[in-house]
Amino acid sequence: MKKILILLQKEFIQVFRNKTILPIIFVLPIVQLLILANAATQEMKNIKLALIDFDNSSESRSLVNAFDHSKFYSLIPVRGGVEKAVELIDLGEADAVLVIPEHFGENLVEGTPVNVQLMLNAINITAAALTQGYTSGIIQGYTSSISIQSSNIIPTKQSVRHWYNPDLNYKLYMVPGILVILVTIVGMFLTAINIVREKELGTIEQVNVTPIKPYQFIVGKLVPFWIIALFELSFGLIIAKLVFNLTIVGSTPLLFGFAAIYLLVALGLGLILSTSASNQQQVMFMAFFFMIVFLMLSGLFTPTESMPKWAQWFNTINPLYYFMKVNRMLILKGSDFGNLRESFISISLMAIAVLSFAILRYNKKSA
Amino acid sequence: MMKNVIEVENLVKKFGSFVAVNNLTFTVGKGEIFGLLGANGAGKTTTIRMLCGLLSPTSGKISVAGYDAYTQPEQIRANIGYMSQKFSLYSDLTVWENIRFFGGIYGLWGKALKGRALELVEEFKMHDFKDIMVESLPVGWRQRISLAVSLVHKPPVIFLDEPTSGVDPVARRMFWETIHHISSLGTTVIVTTHYMDEAEYCHTALVMVDGKIGALGKPGELKQKYVVETMNELFLSLARNGNTKS
Amino acid sequence: MAQSSFLNFITKEFKHIFRDTRTLLIVLVMPVIQLLIFGFVISSEIKNANYAVLDYSNDYLTKRLVQRISSSGYFNFKGYLNSYGEIEKVFKNGDAKLVLIIGNNFSQKLQNDRFANYQVVTDASDPNTASILASYVQGIVNSFTTEYFGLTRQKQRVSVQSRMLYNEEMNSAFMFVPGTMVLILMLVTAMMTSISITREKELGTMEILLVSPLKPWQIVVGKVIPYIGIAFTNVLVIILMGYTVFHLPLRGNMLLLLGVSSLFILLALSLGILISTLSKSQAVAMFISMFALMLPTILLSGFIFPIENMPKLLQWLSLIMPPRWFLSALKTIMIKGQGFQYVLKEVMVMIAMTLVFIGLSIKKFKVRLE
Repeated sequence: MKKILILLQKEFIQVFRNKTILPIIFVLPIVQLLILANAATQEMKNIKLALIDFDNSSESRSLVNAFDHSKFYSLIPVRGGVEKAVELIDLGEADAVLVIPEHFGENLVEGTPVNVQLMLNAINITAAALTQGYTSGIIQGYTSSISIQSSNIIPTKQSVRHWYNPDLNYKLYMVPGILVILVTIVGMFLTAINIVREKELGTIEQVNVTPIKPYQFIVGKLVPFWIIALFELSFGLIIAKLVFNLTIVGSTPLLFGFAAIYLLVALGLGLILSTSASNQQQVMFMAFFFMIVFLMLSGLFTPTESMPKWAQWFNTINPLYYFMKVNRMLILKGSDFGNLRESFISISLMAIAVLSFAILRYNKKSA
Repeated sequence: MMKNVIEVENLVKKFGSFVAVNNLTFTVGKGEIFGLLGANGAGKTTTIRMLCGLLSPTSGKISVAGYDAYTQPEQIRANIGYMSQKFSLYSDLTVWENIRFFGGIYGLWGKALKGRALELVEEFKMHDFKDIMVESLPVGWRQRISLAVSLVHKPPVIFLDEPTSGVDPVARRMFWETIHHISSLGTTVIVTTHYMDEAEYCHTALVMVDGKIGALGKPGELKQKYVVETMNELFLSLARNGNTKS
Repeated sequence: MAQSSFLNFITKEFKHIFRDTRTLLIVLVMPVIQLLIFGFVISSEIKNANYAVLDYSNDYLTKRLVQRISSSGYFNFKGYLNSYGEIEKVFKNGDAKLVLIIGNNFSQKLQNDRFANYQVVTDASDPNTASILASYVQGIVNSFTTEYFGLTRQKQRVSVQSRMLYNEEMNSAFMFVPGTMVLILMLVTAMMTSISITREKELGTMEILLVSPLKPWQIVVGKVIPYIGIAFTNVLVIILMGYTVFHLPLRGNMLLLLGVSSLFILLALSLGILISTLSKSQAVAMFISMFALMLPTILLSGFIFPIENMPKLLQWLSLIMPPRWFLSALKTIMIKGQGFQYVLKEVMVMIAMTLVFIGLSIKKFKVRLE
């Protein structure tokens, strides 16, 4: 026990002296949260629309006005016909082209159906779909305000209540996800690099000749990063609160409890990686690769239910999936232990399995 | 019956089909300075690593400080000191911190640890730089510190793997004076080196050639036996013979 | 003599890389796996969303409605709830993302008034999914009720005919294939190069090289050549996969594409070299690469999130990110199929950046030697 304390003391001195690790621990969460959360948005904020009005009636001009007044659109002047307008999309100066045909106003008043043409830059299909949606919405809204009879009979009306995030703020959804990334980087990445570094520099050998048993060495290596990772989580949460006003709806101790167990898995993985790599470069790439795959499948950007069956099967052994889920559910919805029991059990089993395997493997390699 | 601090019998180490250490047998008594000499690749480092428990032998007997290497590795580790080629100290810790760390590892605690650390600082004249980071110190000084650290728990045996590599002749001389001092106090010292002149400083020398014993005995006696003036010449003639044989 | 030692050096570098099978494997396989994940796992379609129903009417019609929703492919029916109070638990357990609430007399209201309300409660912790699911429900309910009651759905007065330019089939590969290319090239060239050069520094072997007959530029070039090879291989693999597996049409001039890619490789290399001059250890190199390169690449290059939707500050920030320019050029060539004059701006910017990075690197290198 005493020996473990000595190891811990040494690790902490080294971490605090390390000019790389410290900035990472503090700067990383700030940068990630600020940039990612602000960049990540699915709304279309500024659609550059090139409007061609062949009709030039009072109705068509009202329609043009509707777009002009909308804060989501900026109208791009078009000099010339439809071809010129499409060229604007080619050049990237416009996102969409809307063509109002001749006799638009006449037909509308008479009640004859009329077509408008909308051309969209569909490279980014999400953006295109959203743009199409918005634009159609504005057009429909406009036309129904004109005619006396309602233009469609929609027999049902939906009233929607969005719980937990009534403003539909995408950032709130992303922030817990980023916290998962932060904690995993510290818990898995840094640990793996740290251990391999000692291997590379030879200091591990010096410890191997001492009476330090392998388990003591492992504990001495993992505990500091466990603590630092939990600290990272708190730091990240504080920043999230300051910048996004994110409040944890659920129980904070429960969150940390889960994180603590999750970290055992992450640390274990870091240890396994360090025994599989002979130098820092290798371990960095291996860790990076695994993290990316796990991360993408964990539901960071898209919900896991929409993934193919095999991906969902895989996620049962993906620790990031559980942490992502629990993080979001606890922070945004206030899920408690009863709701999250399955995830707790799964992650605990994983922790036992991964750590045992890691320790056995480390023992074998150093024997 | 602990007559010999180290006993090695028919020690063999194979890496695949390559035989790095081929049937070594020797003993080392208390307070002896035992030199493992030979060219790079002759098997010195492999041998010393087996004695320290860093590598497991393919076959053969090893006993260190009275403990059997196969069944009592823990006890061996608690009773040896080790200094490696790279002087593996933590470069981002100070000298003092390194001493205290390794002292703690070997079970020294509290006042006893502090006392022993101060002793070492005194003995090795490290007052001026005990609070300086190891990475800022020149190689020669690091070597001295590594030696001090290997002695922190007063082990009966210390293993020094190429301790004077890359160190200037003056520092080397001083180093060997220290070694002699230590051995005169009863510590057994096993040294590997490829500087043949350093063999003169050892009580017993084992010259390894291609993993086998090329010559084993007191330097003075060996020189007489082989009719050479220096250990260097002895080594060269052995090496030449070894080459012609293979 | 200097020539042969240069060749020797390059050979050694290649050996290094090829012997490190693990890293090599990862670097060659990563683009493939990434493309596969993007293509088959991460889709922007929402389906199989769990939902529950609170049905106060509970008649033949509402049951049919529920059936219709459940078989739409978007939704996965989890069951009926008994009270409003149960919704909270259902959400907190994560058992459903949406609850449909049908009030009393739903069918009667529809019959008599030709109009009825209904409610939808969503778990908007995932706001995107929530709003999309709500609109799906609306669509299904609308068409169901219209059909069921034989209400003529009057033709819309104004119909919007949309044409999706460049991407008629709405193939998501158009987005993630170029994006993956940018990401992988950044990773392989910039990050690996910087780590590799820094490694020599850290292990102390750089000094050995510096005192050898090799000139500094030869050292750098020698170190970098293998990575150019790997990066180029990645480019080809990605394009090939895009074409075969993801039906990405090969529009645009292949030569132009490879040319611009090579320019970016050069750019990324110079960036990697610059980073190595700034890093004392491999861990530092890697972290700088990660945070100055990878994250911005993913976030600010326009790969996943459109730049135009970002706050102004971030939009300006993205201007100094090399990946943003390369991605833009890639899309123009690969998807719009346009020629050189359309990517002139991007090419100029990339050349300028490369020169800046090389210039800075040389300066830093010289300072070190002094």
